[in-house]
Amino acid sequence: MSADSSATGTDSMTVSGSVSTAGSISVMTEDAPTTWTGSLRHKWMRTLPPDKMLPERQPAYVTSWIYVFGMATIVSLILVLGSGAILTLGGVEWFHTSSLGRFVNSLHFWSVQLFFLFMIVHLWGKFWMAAWRGKRAMTWMTGAVAFLASVGTAFTGYVITTNFNAQWIAFESKDVMNAVGLGAIFNVADLGQMILLHVCLLPAGLGLIVIMHVLLVRKHGVVPPLEALDPDAQKAQVA
Amino acid sequence: MDTLGVALDSPAQYWQIWEWVQVSIPNLIWLVVMLLLFVGALVIPFPKSAAK
Repeated sequence: MSADSSATGTDSMTVSGSVSTAGSISVMTEDAPTTWTGSLRHKWMRTLPPDKMLPERQPAYVTSWIYVFGMATIVSLILVLGSGAILTLGGVEWFHTSSLGRFVNSLHFWSVQLFFLFMIVHLWGKFWMAAWRGKRAMTWMTGAVAFLASVGTAFTGYVITTNFNAQWIAFESKDVMNAVGLGAIFNVADLGQMILLHVCLLPAGLGLIVIMHVLLVRKHGVVPPLEALDPDAQKAQVA
Repeated sequence: MDTLGVALDSPAQYWQIWEWVQVSIPNLIWLVVMLLLFVGALVIPFPKSAAK
């Protein structure tokens, strides 16, 4: 390239220079990012390269039914969020009086039942597997926070149905909230606050926590069963 | 009954275990299903074709 440049004059030199410049920019971006976007991409690629993010193969021990319930929970959550979005757009009168509205309302209710059922079985499975082993403490904690956020979301959903049971539960829980000092900011008798929490803040928060949980699972891999490791390795992982 | 009404004449069925410790029959059914799923997930073998 340099021989060509010297032989053909200025134009070739310019081309050669631009290639060289482009090359140096490329090297700078890959090795030492100078922008926050570059730094973020660098960190992301180091933490979660594509083969970890979207793996095609999993360890042999994953072929067990107990490993199915995490994904079953996510599928149910997608159904919950989707049916909830349709209910929000359709409005109260629509989902109380039209047959399609009632169907979506029932879909929302039953997908919540399945979501909790699968989540609890997933929780039991991971608890008895000590799934926080091998630097997976944050994965466990985000799962626990997602569970608590789900309880809050389900509770506000129950309260905003405003039927007799909902009113009873709202006014029983109002005393609980007051007793623990949360009554001033979390007023279960305030229907507007409950609706906004249920359709906006809590699902958004829950969605973010679940995304974080899944990314952490991708980063650290699926936890192996206890019997898959020898006792010494288990002790090392617990420590 | 009107679909928007309240079924005050047919309250939920509860199983009173001991004094104030009680569980509604639908909740009890769901708990049993949950336990069966958990035990089933541990003992039922995974399909071999998927295991490959």
